[in-house]
Amino acid sequence: MALTRRSLHLHLIRPIFSARLLTTASTSPISIETSLPFTAHNIDPPSRSVQTSPHELLSFFRDMVLMRRMEIASDSLYKAKLIRGFCHLYDGQEAVAIGMEAAITRKDCIITAYRDHCLYLGRGGTLVEAFAELMGRNGGCSKGKGGSMHFYKKDAGFYGGHGIVGAQIPLGCGLAFAQKYSKDDSVSFMMYGDGAANQGQLFEALNMAALWDLPAILVCENNHYGMGTAEWRAAKSPAYFKRGDYVPGLKVDGMDALAVKQACKFAKEHALKNGPIILEMDTYRYHGHSMSDPGSTYRTRDEISGIRQERDPVERVRKLILAHDLATEKEMKDTEKEVRKEVDEAIAKAKEMPSPDPSELFTNVYVKGLGVEAFGADRKELRAVLP
Amino acid sequence: MEASFGVSSAAAANAVNSPALSPPSLPFIRSEARPISWRVDKSRKAGKITTKAVAAQAENPASAASKPGHEVLLFEALREGLEEEMERDPRVCIFGEDVGHYGGSYKVSKGLADKYGDLRVLDTPIAENSFTGMAVGAAMTGLRPVVEGMNMGFLLLAFNQISDNCGMLHYTSGGQFTIPTVIRGPGGVGRQLGAEHSQRLESYFQSIPGIQMVACSTPYNAKGLMKAAIRSENPVVLFEHVLLYNLKERIPDEEYVVSLEEAEMVRPGEHVTILTYSRMRYHVMQAAKTLVNKGYDPEVIDIRSLKPFDLYTIGNSIKKTHKVLIVEECMRTGGIGASLTAAINENFNDYLDAPIVCLSSQDVPTPYAGTLEEWTVVQPGQIVTAVEQLCR
Repeated sequence: MALTRRSLHLHLIRPIFSARLLTTASTSPISIETSLPFTAHNIDPPSRSVQTSPHELLSFFRDMVLMRRMEIASDSLYKAKLIRGFCHLYDGQEAVAIGMEAAITRKDCIITAYRDHCLYLGRGGTLVEAFAELMGRNGGCSKGKGGSMHFYKKDAGFYGGHGIVGAQIPLGCGLAFAQKYSKDDSVSFMMYGDGAANQGQLFEALNMAALWDLPAILVCENNHYGMGTAEWRAAKSPAYFKRGDYVPGLKVDGMDALAVKQACKFAKEHALKNGPIILEMDTYRYHGHSMSDPGSTYRTRDEISGIRQERDPVERVRKLILAHDLATEKEMKDTEKEVRKEVDEAIAKAKEMPSPDPSELFTNVYVKGLGVEAFGADRKELRAVLP
Repeated sequence: MEASFGVSSAAAANAVNSPALSPPSLPFIRSEARPISWRVDKSRKAGKITTKAVAAQAENPASAASKPGHEVLLFEALREGLEEEMERDPRVCIFGEDVGHYGGSYKVSKGLADKYGDLRVLDTPIAENSFTGMAVGAAMTGLRPVVEGMNMGFLLLAFNQISDNCGMLHYTSGGQFTIPTVIRGPGGVGRQLGAEHSQRLESYFQSIPGIQMVACSTPYNAKGLMKAAIRSENPVVLFEHVLLYNLKERIPDEEYVVSLEEAEMVRPGEHVTILTYSRMRYHVMQAAKTLVNKGYDPEVIDIRSLKPFDLYTIGNSIKKTHKVLIVEECMRTGGIGASLTAAINENFNDYLDAPIVCLSSQDVPTPYAGTLEEWTVVQPGQIVTAVEQLCR
């Protein structure tokens, strides 16, 4: 099931508690203050008070619970050896994906690195396609040929899904260039981590984006650890939002979905008028870097549980909902149960899908059937290319 | 190398005789006049000097008058191809260092920035990795960028983008994205340019799945390959050669596109198949003159398509001659010749009368000193000796 924003009509077919909650939730605006103020570099920060609505908050809750549940389920699937290779989980960082989606349209492009499962869901990908791709089945979003690190959704402006750290940033620069070339008033968000922030190609891309005023927004998802290396051990200056020098930057509390939404909205307006901007999302991942990393050799369990208690994005939204009386405890618990069921059904469906056909090994290496027609000057012989 | 050979490919529909090959301008070759029993060419008598080793084109004054064509240098032919494609499709754009205002370091994009603007002919900073990545990203959305490496060697910095993103994105996205980029630039051993500026990247790129590689050698095929590469939906790497930019040839006025996967028959023959590409084609043709005077009849094929190989044309030639000599500019280890040798051995082993001989450059960084540099690449004398040994 795709996320609530798009699939609301599907929910109406099967009356469920949360659906009733969402359909009856109003869209009247509520103003909520972000947990922390924004820190700005070379720019005036946006205001701390964010416009939202009960409907939006409830959908934030449901979507984040869905993402959290999907990542935890992927953990179990990996341990059961149904998912192989590398599996980088996003739980703890959901607020970044959710807040960003709330601020932009599907015409805007998002490109990220390998921690892409939840961003794929946010862009409209379905659970079944995600699980099928993770398990290497035919029905996956990349036909089972990409894997965990290669989720793409062209029609929704999600450009992946890249395994090499930092290589997606120049690609994102290219997306922004194409948007400027076709003048369609959209922006590109290129996401990278604190580890990738030390890549040279980032600064090359930043220089080019600033030189040509490309509508590029660089989003650093700073979860403070580049695999096993803490940020202060890898970067002389861990203030990633300031690293752009002449490019303005904003530091955002990445565990607060509303702050992320405000920052992305602000960034989009800025990028369309003035060129690139850097957003540093201060966030945290509960799992290790990937499933082969326990995540506890370079940080203490106290630190992880501390963050979970104080800054967890799902809990923050839950408290907001309760504080504003938008739903009861029981209703939210029912939502969680229902999401869990949805995820389990999606996994069951994905498990039944077959592996890709052996002939798929050779498809999509080259683009077939679109061969270049070769002809001589007199056009007597027209030779088509043999695939 | 500066002499205009005016070699017209037999595959051209309307090849016109170049005036540059008239006898007085060529070096005087004295043959040894040894009668050889299996000499096929009956028109040659012992002692007679043949100055035209290239297959003679039918002199057709009528066709020459009706379709005169125009003379261009190779870099102008590339520019014509580029300009025609940019005119035809507004999505075609150029990225590269000094391609815009400067006009291109080899003048391939001269005048295009004035015509199409600074965004379409983009002067990039010196950041090969990033602007190649940018081109791939732009291609994912539907633009058709042509990336120029000022020297092919600089594109080693962009290797990750070319191999992982350019080559593999079509596959890893399950076919969702096509990457119709063209990556082009001059490479090869030049005139004492030094080791880092004399690289032959075709050997490094050849195993990247998902890309096509072509090498141009004449103004005719340069323009045709440029157009074909831009029109292709696959990423294409177009290898040009620093020393071939000033070759002159008469090319047709009409539009034409050359096939990306086909090899070019330069000189049909009977005794030995010589496979070559890019600049070595001219060394081979020079050697062919000597060979013809000595009574040999080599078949020279310019393979043009370095990935995938045109095994159809090559195979037909081998079935005729049964002997293969590969002359390439790549280094001995892991070059195009090595792969071609393996491919021919696998596919046409039954037709070979002798082991394949592969002449490549030495496995050394290209030295600066002129005499040393001359000996790193294959010289016509070595080709002649190799053919004589092969045909013994």
